[in-house]
Amino acid sequence: MQISHRRLGGAVAAVGMALTALTACGSGGDSADGTVELSFLVDNSETTLSQANAVADAFNAANKDIKVEVETRPQGTEGDNVVKTRLSTGEMSDVFWYNSGSLLQALNPERSLADLTGDPVLSKVEEGFLPVVSQDEKVYGVPIGSATGGGILYNRKVYAELGLQVPRTWAEFMANNEKIKAAGKTAVISTYKDSWSSQLFVLADFYNVQAAVPSFAQDYTANKAKFATTPAALTGFQHLADVNAKGYQNKGYGSATVDQGLKLLLEGEGAHFPLLSFTLPPLLKDNPEVATDIGFFGVPGDDPAKAGATIWEPAAVYAAKGTEHLAEAKEFMAFVASPEGIEAIGKVSTPTGPYRVAGAKLPDDAIQAVKDIQAYIDAGLSAPALEYLSPVKGPSLEQITVAVGSGLTEPAEGAAQYDKDVEKQAKQLGLSGW
Amino acid sequence: MRTLRKVAGESAALVLAGVVFLVPFSFMLLTAVKDGPQAADLDFSWPTSWPVVENLREVVEARDYILLRAYVNSILVTVVSVGFIVVFAAMAGYVMQRRPGRVSSLANFLVLSGLIIPPAIVPTIWLLQELGLFKTVPGLILVEIAFNLSYAVLLFRAFVAAVPRDLDEAAMMDGCTGWRLFFRVIFPLLRPVAITVTLTTSVAIFNDFVNPLYFLPGDDHATVQTTLYSFQSQYSTQWNLLFMDIVLITIPPLLAFIFFNRKIVAGMTAGAVKG
Amino acid sequence: MVVESRPSAGSRAKSAGPGPTRPARRRRGAAQPYTLYLPAAVVYFVIFAIPTAMAFYFSLTRWTLFESEFVGLENFRDFFEDQSLRIGLQNTLIYAVVTSGLKVVFGLMLGVLLTSKLRTSGFLRSVVFFPVLVSTVAVGITFSVLLRPDTGLVDKALALFCVSGTDWLGSAETALLSVALVDVWKGVGLATVIYIAGILSIPPSYYEAVAVDGGGAWQRFRHVTFPLSWPATSSVVLLSLIGGLRSFDLIWTMTRGGPGFSSDVIASIIYKQYQAGFYGLSTAGNVVLFVLVTLLILPLSWFLNRKEVAS
Repeated sequence: MQISHRRLGGAVAAVGMALTALTACGSGGDSADGTVELSFLVDNSETTLSQANAVADAFNAANKDIKVEVETRPQGTEGDNVVKTRLSTGEMSDVFWYNSGSLLQALNPERSLADLTGDPVLSKVEEGFLPVVSQDEKVYGVPIGSATGGGILYNRKVYAELGLQVPRTWAEFMANNEKIKAAGKTAVISTYKDSWSSQLFVLADFYNVQAAVPSFAQDYTANKAKFATTPAALTGFQHLADVNAKGYQNKGYGSATVDQGLKLLLEGEGAHFPLLSFTLPPLLKDNPEVATDIGFFGVPGDDPAKAGATIWEPAAVYAAKGTEHLAEAKEFMAFVASPEGIEAIGKVSTPTGPYRVAGAKLPDDAIQAVKDIQAYIDAGLSAPALEYLSPVKGPSLEQITVAVGSGLTEPAEGAAQYDKDVEKQAKQLGLSGW
Repeated sequence: MRTLRKVAGESAALVLAGVVFLVPFSFMLLTAVKDGPQAADLDFSWPTSWPVVENLREVVEARDYILLRAYVNSILVTVVSVGFIVVFAAMAGYVMQRRPGRVSSLANFLVLSGLIIPPAIVPTIWLLQELGLFKTVPGLILVEIAFNLSYAVLLFRAFVAAVPRDLDEAAMMDGCTGWRLFFRVIFPLLRPVAITVTLTTSVAIFNDFVNPLYFLPGDDHATVQTTLYSFQSQYSTQWNLLFMDIVLITIPPLLAFIFFNRKIVAGMTAGAVKG
Repeated sequence: MVVESRPSAGSRAKSAGPGPTRPARRRRGAAQPYTLYLPAAVVYFVIFAIPTAMAFYFSLTRWTLFESEFVGLENFRDFFEDQSLRIGLQNTLIYAVVTSGLKVVFGLMLGVLLTSKLRTSGFLRSVVFFPVLVSTVAVGITFSVLLRPDTGLVDKALALFCVSGTDWLGSAETALLSVALVDVWKGVGLATVIYIAGILSIPPSYYEAVAVDGGGAWQRFRHVTFPLSWPATSSVVLLSLIGGLRSFDLIWTMTRGGPGFSSDVIASIIYKQYQAGFYGLSTAGNVVLFVLVTLLILPLSWFLNRKEVAS
């Protein structure tokens, strides 16, 4: 019975989506007993959906006169198009879950989203988060879920065993690598079959780039700064090449997957894995030792006093400009960005990084890597990744970083290739100044 | 002496073909029925335990029975498009063979172009979108018909040449002309080649990965091939499940192969030599 | 192709030559009306021919699917200036030539072997042919596992012969060729059955003639089997070249064009540009592939056919 029901559900999902788009959503609607129904559009990935349901249920329990209904859309580009289309045709749900950063810029927020600037809804949102949900000084969203850190995941047992200290500069990092290699272990795990993982030395180096050239993001968007001609930005490509030249990578890195890499790291066969912290919590189920054995440090730069980390900010909840229930929508958003909302989400998922809401504490059983990331944020030594500050990102970066990290392409040439790739993207998208 | 050498040569060929062609298939099958930890070794060994049913159930139930939905979609696309291909191609192949001339030369040129030219992907997507058929099952069916027609027309045309013209004439004497003549008299005679076309085209469309990837993206109407492709990353640590999926997807062509091997081979070689 | 059921007398007079009288021809038109072309023609034109023609225009634009801006030859300039795209062009040619060459060699070898009087040849034919019917994605995944460095079955087998393997799919030197070999593994069955059909159609008298002259097995192959199975060779070459130039699914499942850009081919570039939303550029890739296929296949098929007639 259940089988046929579910199969049917899948078969009519598309029709259902189209129907709801035409009829139900956009306004939510008031039911007879006076409760306001608020539609909340989220993508259909398992994690997103469980978190959205958790926060909606908690909110509904606390507010008898508002009922949040979760609706789903596809993930990826397809989902982006659904959001764009529904916003431009005025059929958007009252509130929706969407990326922060450059993808938000593509939604034309000025025209399509409710402006929250100065609204009490933002009272508990951390200052550092606001730039990634803003355009032209106007704020449009509140954070949902936790951030993710991009940097080096390391095995703390291996560090203890070899008597190593967390490096504060790139030179210290390379010195550690040398000792790890001498001990017969893999110093830097690389998993180029999942080519996205090859980008971390470049993307997670952005904290250091920004520390050296504070205006880089702006100039880069305006076609004034380039990776190849900005020494601080070129460094990331150089690091990839250095690690490869010294032979620090695992054997067969070209066809290894992230899962294989995480296994190497967990078993202590490898010490460092440049990666995003969101990959860790899913491992907890089968490997509880992840919580204590694996730590995190940012990609080291040159100045030991300023060692920091690059942060991938959480997604956000936005309200559509045309919603008939703006007041209720704001109530819901205030709840999402409050310790209570965070707590509701924390019940169904382990945080992958810090929360961006004042007063929302990490649970005591948060994994070590996440605590390490939190420490960087608390010390003010963090920066959002470049993709949160600039809409310009080339699609081929991951292939280029694989080529540089495999010694196929010189770092300077790789950076120049990426600049070209970026230019192609900017031109195809018709950005101004390109 | 000669026979000895022959026997030796024969067994050498057997062993080599066995290793090269059968080992990969045995590997698929063995990995599919192992338990998780043993499958993770990815070696060529006999299973220590046989959780066949568990693996099967887990794969089928994964992601809300997406595999079953994919099977339904794939079979739907295959059956409908092959049905249309057989009828349309038989009609075209018949006129083409019976009425040589300018129109048929043009048709012949178009058929060969259809075999050689790589389809223009994005313009096709644009056109389907304009027609409201992009990301729909009917849209994919149209695409499969269009891209597989040429080959089928060639097979039908070749076969029609062997159908005596007297039959057309006799039917016309009975006042049977045009479409009625074709469907009443000619089409039933094309049964053998229609079966061949059905088999080869079904296998091709069922196994098609590229067209569903472009023209029917998204989980809502997954086909078996795109499902397998996305399972590849999802099951990167559960090799027994990934290979169980592979085995399940290999079963329909395997059945076709067991029952109709000769027909399929005949169809493929005929198409190749005449094309 | 909107076809009238009764074409003008002029066009028919040219094509038909001496033959049936006018009334007879009219009857034939009624018997086989051109409208029978119609369903096939409609689908073919709408889904295949029109987009192909449109590609030439859209390849000259920057295109979002909703609006397009004419940019002249800029996309093609990008294509030939960009190093990664040039690698793709080169790889496409290498891949097509290697796969079709090997399919000819192995297909002919297997064809000769399996038409000799082996008792097991029926079974072997089936074994060799079956991969042709298996999903490319399934084959790609399976061989990605078999080709893993050290722990993969291929490297383990090589180790038995004291040959050390390598990271076949993960290193730039071997990735493209490894995929090409898997393509040959999957496709050689078709080449083999084509050769078998070709060899079986050679009249036995030719072999007898060689036997009378005292020729051995090599002479039989050299003077009879190989030249007389030329039609099969030309089919195998053309089919596998066309397939090889367009090849996408195997490469995409096994390496996604990597590592870096080292196994990218035009078809995988078309897909990547499509994914990135560069629709104009992706279409330009399509046009490049179109031109490449036409420039290679047309002269080649003309040449092969001429040789066929000559022999």
